[in-house]
Amino acid sequence: MAYSDKVIDHYENPRNVGSLAKDDANVGTGLVGAPECGDVMKLQVKVNPETGVIDDAKFKTFGCGSAIASSSLATEWLKGKTVEQALAIKNTDIVAELSLPPVKIHCSVLAEDAIKAAIADYKKKQDEQKTGAAAGDTHAQPTA
Amino acid sequence: MKLPIYMDYHATTPVDPRVLEAMLPFFNSHFGNPASRNHSFGWEAEEAVERARKQVADLIGANPKEVIFTSGATEANNLAIKGVAEMYREKGNHIITCVTEHKAVIDTCKKLEKQGARVTYLPVQKDGRISLEDLRAAITEKTILITIMTANNEIGVLQPIEEIGAIAKEKGILFHTDAVQAVGKVPFDVNKAKADLVSMSAHKMYGPKGVGALYVRRRNPRVLLAEQISGGGHERGMRSGTLNVPGIVGFGKAAELCRLDMSADTERLSKLRDRLNEKLHKNLDEIYINGSQEHRLPHNLNISFAYVEGESLLMGINDVAVSSGSACTSASLEPSYVLKALGAGDDLAHSSIRFGLGRWTTEEEVDYVVDKLTSVVRRLREMSPLYEMVKEGVDLSKMQWVTH
Repeated sequence: MAYSDKVIDHYENPRNVGSLAKDDANVGTGLVGAPECGDVMKLQVKVNPETGVIDDAKFKTFGCGSAIASSSLATEWLKGKTVEQALAIKNTDIVAELSLPPVKIHCSVLAEDAIKAAIADYKKKQDEQKTGAAAGDTHAQPTA
Repeated sequence: MKLPIYMDYHATTPVDPRVLEAMLPFFNSHFGNPASRNHSFGWEAEEAVERARKQVADLIGANPKEVIFTSGATEANNLAIKGVAEMYREKGNHIITCVTEHKAVIDTCKKLEKQGARVTYLPVQKDGRISLEDLRAAITEKTILITIMTANNEIGVLQPIEEIGAIAKEKGILFHTDAVQAVGKVPFDVNKAKADLVSMSAHKMYGPKGVGALYVRRRNPRVLLAEQISGGGHERGMRSGTLNVPGIVGFGKAAELCRLDMSADTERLSKLRDRLNEKLHKNLDEIYINGSQEHRLPHNLNISFAYVEGESLLMGINDVAVSSGSACTSASLEPSYVLKALGAGDDLAHSSIRFGLGRWTTEEEVDYVVDKLTSVVRRLREMSPLYEMVKEGVDLSKMQWVTH
C-alpha cells in the first residue's frame, strides 16, 4: 500500500497524542472501534464552557497508519473550533485532506464517529451537571 | 549491511547464484524441446530435465519417475486434489483437509464442493496442529483423500504428517501433503511420511518462480490422476505442455543445494531465529508466539505484539520486509484465517508479524530488526488506547465496543 505524504507525516509526527483528565466536566471522551476489527480510537476534547470553544484535543489510536493519521488530523482541526463547528467536520473532509484510498475510508468514518462521540460525552456531562445542580436546588428548598 | 532487509522468505526466495548459473545455458545455447526425440537439441534438453528430476527426487527420497513437473505448487495442489477427485469418483467423494491450509488447497476443495464433493475442514488446536482423533473421526467409507500440509506458510507449524500418513495407509485412503514450506528446509521423505502425493515449489527453495512439482507415488499404491491440462501427454500423461527447461534445471539445482546444505542451514537459521525471538522477548512485554514452538520450521517466527496494529507496525519498519496477519494488509480486509483458527482472538491476528529467515539472513540484520521493532512497538504503544487501558487495569475482553 502506498501512503500519501500527509499520512506518512501524521504517522511519523502525530499531533496531540495523549490523554486529558476524563473525569473533568469540561472534557469529552469518545472511544470508538473494536480491537477485533483492528482499530480503536480514543479522542478527547476540552471545551471552554464560557465560549463553547475547544481549547485542547488529544487522541490515542490502535490502528493502521491511515487510522492514526485520521485521528491526528482530527485533533488538529478540532482545536479552536466551537462545538457546533466541530460537529460539522465530515469524514469526506479527512479523506480529501489525507488522500485516503477507498479501502481506508473507514478510518475517516471512525475519526468522524470519534469526534461525535467525544462531543456527545461532553454535552452529556454538561447536562448532568446542570440537572445535578437543579436537583440539588430542589433538595435545598424544603430544608430551607 | 544493506537496506532494505528481506525477512519474508516464506513468500519467496531469491534465486541462488549457483542455480542461476545452471539455468542460463538453457535459455539459448541449449534451448531444445525435451519432447523432440529425434535430434541432439531435444536429447540435450531431455537429459537436463531428467537430471533435475533425479535431483528433486533425491531431496524427498523418491524415484525420479514419480516426479511430475508443473508450473508451481498451486498447480500441483490443483492437480493432486482435482485429479484424485475425478479419478476416484466411483470409490467416493469425501475429502478431508484442514482450516489452516494454503488457499491453493482450500479454494480447490471449495470448488469441488460446488461440484458435489463433500469436504471436511478439520479444526486445529491452539498450537496449530490437527488432532489425530479428529482425523480418525472424520474418515468415512466415502473418503478418498486426506490433504494436510506439512508446514504452514504463516506460522511455520509442522503437522504430524507421519502419523497422518499411517492413518491414511491403514484406512486405504490416499494422502496428499502440500510440502512447499518444508521441502528443502527440513528432512522430508515420502516413505517416512507415507505420502502418496506431495506438492513442491522451486521459488521457496532458492530456485526460480514458475516451476514446481507433484510427487505421485507409483508403487504401493500406484496413484492415478485425471489430467487437468490436456495436450500431448507429457509427464506420464498427467501434465501436458512443453516443459519449462531452464526453470526445471534451476529447480533441480536448487533441490540439490538444499539437500547438501540442509543441516548447516537449519542449524544456522534456528540459532538466528531464536536470537530474534529471545531479544524481542527481552525488550518487550506482552508479545506472543503464534503456533507451536516445538513443531515448527527452524526459520519461522510469528509473533503478535499486543495492543499494536500490524500494518502500522510495518509502516514503522519500512526498511524491513516482513508480513502481517493484519486485515489492513490483506486484500480481503479480513485478518489472517490461520491465526483466527488458533482461537487466540482477532485482536492478536491484527497485531501479528511473520518473520521468515533465509539463506542470506545475517546476525547483524536480526539485531537491526530487533532494535527497530522495539522502538516502533514502544512508540505505537504510547499512542495505543488499548495499552493505556490495560495499564489502568481495564479488562479489554469485558469492554462494550462500539463497532460498525
